[in-house]
Amino acid sequence: MREQAPRLKVSSLGDATIVEFVDRKILDEVGISQIGDQITALVAQAGQAKFIMDFTGVAHMSSSALGMLITIQKRVRERSGQLKLCGIHPAIMEVFTITRLNEVFDIHPTRQDALASLNG
Amino acid sequence: MAYGHAVAGRQASRVGRGALAEKMVIDSDLRAAGKVEEEILKEAARHGYCEACRFAIRLALEEGLNNAIKHGNGFDPAKHVEVIYQVGPRETSITIIDQGRGFDPSSVPDPRADENLEKPCGRGIMLMRAYMDEVDFSPKGNTVRMVKRNTGKA
Repeated sequence: MREQAPRLKVSSLGDATIVEFVDRKILDEVGISQIGDQITALVAQAGQAKFIMDFTGVAHMSSSALGMLITIQKRVRERSGQLKLCGIHPAIMEVFTITRLNEVFDIHPTRQDALASLNG
Repeated sequence: MAYGHAVAGRQASRVGRGALAEKMVIDSDLRAAGKVEEEILKEAARHGYCEACRFAIRLALEEGLNNAIKHGNGFDPAKHVEVIYQVGPRETSITIIDQGRGFDPSSVPDPRADENLEKPCGRGIMLMRAYMDEVDFSPKGNTVRMVKRNTGKA
């Protein structure tokens, strides 16, 4: 069976870097570590370290993905950067709430809201 | 590694009246776990489980399989994970058995406690308990049985 490779679409909007999960309705264990490595590399290379992760289209997420996000947020903070999450499906949002991670991450309904919330 | 090699065996048997119990034996391989998830979710969809129930089953199953593969078997290629499942119109039960040393589930710290909130792991069991109607570990800890009842809402 052919494996689906996880895909990230990285773009810029002003001085913010937007990361989207394209063609990927599911963030599963296999893809998570690859995605984590890719985003960590982006953070290391970024000048301004203003990141928006757009979860539009993500229908499933395991606790490993949450762990990956926590690690990424730590890397961004180490660079005095900002990380915003947006476009989270209500069922996924419930996972964030149940784990109290809605208190750890800065989550916005839309990309525009996330952009508007960036400082500087 | 192709899925075909990672799924070491499969058998089905009827357990009492009602739903067929299936058993899949997989390598300690996350890709093989994905195959098991696909099969069980397909059955749940076939039985008309609502979207929320299927989301719950998928999440808890992935957490349980990840734990068995990563923590139970330590990704050891010599160790397998057995998954015994029964998907019926009213409920789905899933038993996951790893070949590890076992552990004490009550020793896992509460991931929602302030001091644990920003740790990258430790949420799997909590999520299984939050999303499934029943979660029971064997005394040794290397077997977990989960049950999700079909609420029947569209």
